[in-house]
Amino acid sequence: MNDRNSIIGKIDWLTVLIYFALVLIGWFSIFSARYNEAHPSIFDLSQVYGKQLLWIGASLFIGFLILLIDAKFFNAFSLWIYFFFLAALFVVLAYGKATKGATSWIDLGAGVKFQPSEFAKMATALALAGYLDRLDVDLQKRKDQIVAALFVLAPMALVLLQNDTGSALVFISFIFVLYREGFPGAGWLMVAGVAAVLLFIFTLVWSQKVMYIILGALFVLTLTYYLLTKKKHLIRMVAVFAFMFAFVFSVDYAFHKVLQEHQQNRILVMLGKLDDPQGVGYNVHQSKIAIGSGGFSGKGFLQGTQTKYDFVPEQHTDFIFCTIGEEGGFLGTAAVVLLYVGLLLRIVTLAERQKSTFGRVYGYAIAGIIFMHFFINIGMTIGLMPVIGIPLPFLSYGGSSMLAFTMMLAIFVKQDANRVNML
Amino acid sequence: MRTKNNSLSPRKLLVMGVFIAAGIVFILKLFSLQVVDKSYVALADNNALRYVTQYPARGKMYDRNGELLVFNEAVYDLMVIPRQAMKRDSLDPFDTATFCHLLDIDKASFVERMEKAKNESYFRPSPFMTQVSKENYAHIAEVLYRYPGFYFQTRTVRHYPKSIAAHTLGDIGEISKGELEKDKEGENYYRQGDYVGKSGIEKSYEKELRGVKGLKVMMVDVHNREMGSFMDGEYDREPVAGKDIYLGLDAELQAYGEQLMVGKIGSIVAIEPATGQILAFVTSPTYDPNLLVGRERGKHYKELQEDPMKPLINRATNGTYPPGSTFKSVVGLIAMQSGSITPATCFHCAGPGSLPIKCTHHHGPSPDFANAIMNSCNPYFYESFKATINNPKFGGVKKGYEYWKDMTYKLGLGHKFNTDVPAERAGNIPSREYYDKMYQDQWNAVTIRSLGIGQGEVLVTPLQLANIAAYIANEGYYYPPHLIKCFGDTTAIPEVMTTKVDPGINPKYVRTMKAGLRTVFSGPHGTARRYEMKDIAQCGKTGTAQNPHGNYHSNFIAFAPYENPKIALAVIIENGGYGATWAAPIASLMIEKYIRGYTTREDLEKRMMEGRISYKNER
Repeated sequence: MNDRNSIIGKIDWLTVLIYFALVLIGWFSIFSARYNEAHPSIFDLSQVYGKQLLWIGASLFIGFLILLIDAKFFNAFSLWIYFFFLAALFVVLAYGKATKGATSWIDLGAGVKFQPSEFAKMATALALAGYLDRLDVDLQKRKDQIVAALFVLAPMALVLLQNDTGSALVFISFIFVLYREGFPGAGWLMVAGVAAVLLFIFTLVWSQKVMYIILGALFVLTLTYYLLTKKKHLIRMVAVFAFMFAFVFSVDYAFHKVLQEHQQNRILVMLGKLDDPQGVGYNVHQSKIAIGSGGFSGKGFLQGTQTKYDFVPEQHTDFIFCTIGEEGGFLGTAAVVLLYVGLLLRIVTLAERQKSTFGRVYGYAIAGIIFMHFFINIGMTIGLMPVIGIPLPFLSYGGSSMLAFTMMLAIFVKQDANRVNML
Repeated sequence: MRTKNNSLSPRKLLVMGVFIAAGIVFILKLFSLQVVDKSYVALADNNALRYVTQYPARGKMYDRNGELLVFNEAVYDLMVIPRQAMKRDSLDPFDTATFCHLLDIDKASFVERMEKAKNESYFRPSPFMTQVSKENYAHIAEVLYRYPGFYFQTRTVRHYPKSIAAHTLGDIGEISKGELEKDKEGENYYRQGDYVGKSGIEKSYEKELRGVKGLKVMMVDVHNREMGSFMDGEYDREPVAGKDIYLGLDAELQAYGEQLMVGKIGSIVAIEPATGQILAFVTSPTYDPNLLVGRERGKHYKELQEDPMKPLINRATNGTYPPGSTFKSVVGLIAMQSGSITPATCFHCAGPGSLPIKCTHHHGPSPDFANAIMNSCNPYFYESFKATINNPKFGGVKKGYEYWKDMTYKLGLGHKFNTDVPAERAGNIPSREYYDKMYQDQWNAVTIRSLGIGQGEVLVTPLQLANIAAYIANEGYYYPPHLIKCFGDTTAIPEVMTTKVDPGINPKYVRTMKAGLRTVFSGPHGTARRYEMKDIAQCGKTGTAQNPHGNYHSNFIAFAPYENPKIALAVIIENGGYGATWAAPIASLMIEKYIRGYTTREDLEKRMMEGRISYKNER
């Protein structure tokens, strides 16, 4: 038995199947979203659906190559890969092309553009995995904590400087893997983060005054409870409340001064505070009409009218989920959501069975990344999240995104297939 | 064992829990959106949504006294959604022949229009026939229900009741491919077929004038019948009407100026000194703005474009001219401010025999400042210019020149004002580097002596020249000249137009200059003395500028009355000869018309209006 056959036999076919299902759904949805009666063939390379097929082909080829490479390669070269893409992010900042306000592309000439931020997420996952895999690294040590955090924060900052808020937000997903690996306070950070988002939203919805009253009442209640039960950590409790008060106090300032105007508007639209279906709320309203009009079983393949009218902007990229919703109905959207959740759970399960720290950390990291994209993108199209332009993994049109997510997953599948060789 | 943190394995439950929770939330939300909420499902199958853009009324324009200059008139665009139009079964074929007859087009035109729409989009409405007249609209609309995929969209076109100020008001036209692409990168407001301001105020204030488009979402059944508003209009948006604009223009003065300029090439720019508002913005030859409206727009535009006199050029801002002797006002002011001359300074003048610049006027042998400005003495201002750039306090002629150039910039020359004035050009005040290069560093006051009398490389626009007049009228400051007076609502006009500019010349020198310019009319040898009026104290300066296009340009700057000037202006008549022949009387008539409201010098007026200058050269 030669090595290659053994690889084919050991890869996790469930993951690969879900991957193929998502990629195909994406391709057909792009075809439907941008269907042009003058070019009725899905293979027509002059149309975006034909081009997407090229990208899928290229991604499969590279994915296949990754399965052939020695699994240890990625651990050994993780730092190099990381620094390569970090450098690419710098180049983008210096020479990149601005699209819709964000400077995140490098023009490679011949019409090929390349978006390093898509790959930087994968590179960060590799670097973090490689670092935590080292025997001398212990996340309980202050120095190692700082280095681990820097691995995540450096590319995040660069992406933020490109004005690509969406991609920067994705880096928050590394909190999952840090939590899993016992980074002190990661769990609390998650709780605090969720609490901060909730406070932020409530303050915007109800105004600061109301929040002061609610927090004040809560504080009095908690204080009475503490005093009556003689509980410990009174000071800590008071500090938490003080912090919440300060946070609420600063929300208005942060909202108006830190966020850019279009970001403020998108958040207000999501909260229903701003109703402007032709202006900033346009995308979301159109997107909801398209998805909602699909009904339970959808209008059928190529039968959607809303997305084809071109009223949903970015319908083949960031808003591809609309086409699925309109033509596939609730059955289609629920199936896609289940496929994603299935993929994520499968990755976490596989990650837990890894024998190397590298494999496990990497698995958790990419699960986080894919989750963040899934969460933000679908949340945006159904109005649960503000409009943040990031692609839906494996589905959205776009070469960089397709290639990056395929590589990301292929590396993990390779690690998993190789786990028995470890020890 | 290589792995660490295996003990933390239970933490996977929380991570997985988060993933599952997100999935559940999404599925619940999708269930409510797609299954529970029936309002969206109603749209499935045969019903289509028609998104009818509600075009807001474009803002109107008025003159400073509330006279209507531009308003809207309704026209109707026939729109088509190709996919709906072509989706016919064999039992009910599309009756192309009748349809063509209805629209009065032939079959080839029908096919061509349809192809164009298809190329644009199969699913989105495109204009099929634009600006259908009211009469045709009525009888087409009656039977349009037979032709699914076609419907009318109302829009407005501009009308110009006074037929004046074509260049200033500007025009609107269908958005071009380039404009559309630029908009896509930025605001993403426009769609194919939208109208935008193409020139003039229409362009400068496009955003304010256009308002914000509205949207009506209609449900349409397969028979092209509108089934009412979608979701009770929840997704509709009322259009926001554009803002009206009041211009500083005085319609009567503008019309009078255009009449005076008939048969002459050139420009009149009149400014209200106290505000910087432009009172008259005349460029000649001009055209009727109504020509660039409606379906004939393209044809008329082409005709105007091919006219050898180039009526489309706005010479008030786009024409750059040598200022000639009008520039002596600038030279004199800078010389006094730099301490290089005083009003009492005398320079020798040998009349036509003067060197290196001869004088065209006969006056006393060594005039002082007052005499020199009245007589427009060339040697005096050449000497003043030389004294300025050679002034020892600058340490060298080149540094002196740089000071001089900076001062002209501050006086509004050599650069654009960047207000709302359309198609501005900067004119030219050469840089020191320009001369360094041209003369290989070997130059001095004599080399560039022509600048002292407003010749040589110096070029100004009529607008810049009028601003100089306003500056002197104000005794030491100006507001960047602009066209707008105010918006129809309380919106403030851009700050740059209401910010006073002080070039930093001591008002006492400006007052000396102002008094000097008064003598051009009132003095015994004043070059414009023939146009003095008893009851209006006019001030001015003639200019007779050599140029490469033939006879001298006749130039004049003026303002009046002397105390509290109400109007400042510049007049340039290309190849008109002496400044006092054409430009000065035209300026004087404009002043009288504006201040009195009527004119008294009938002969002069007749002579000016009927006067024709023959232009042989292509412009």
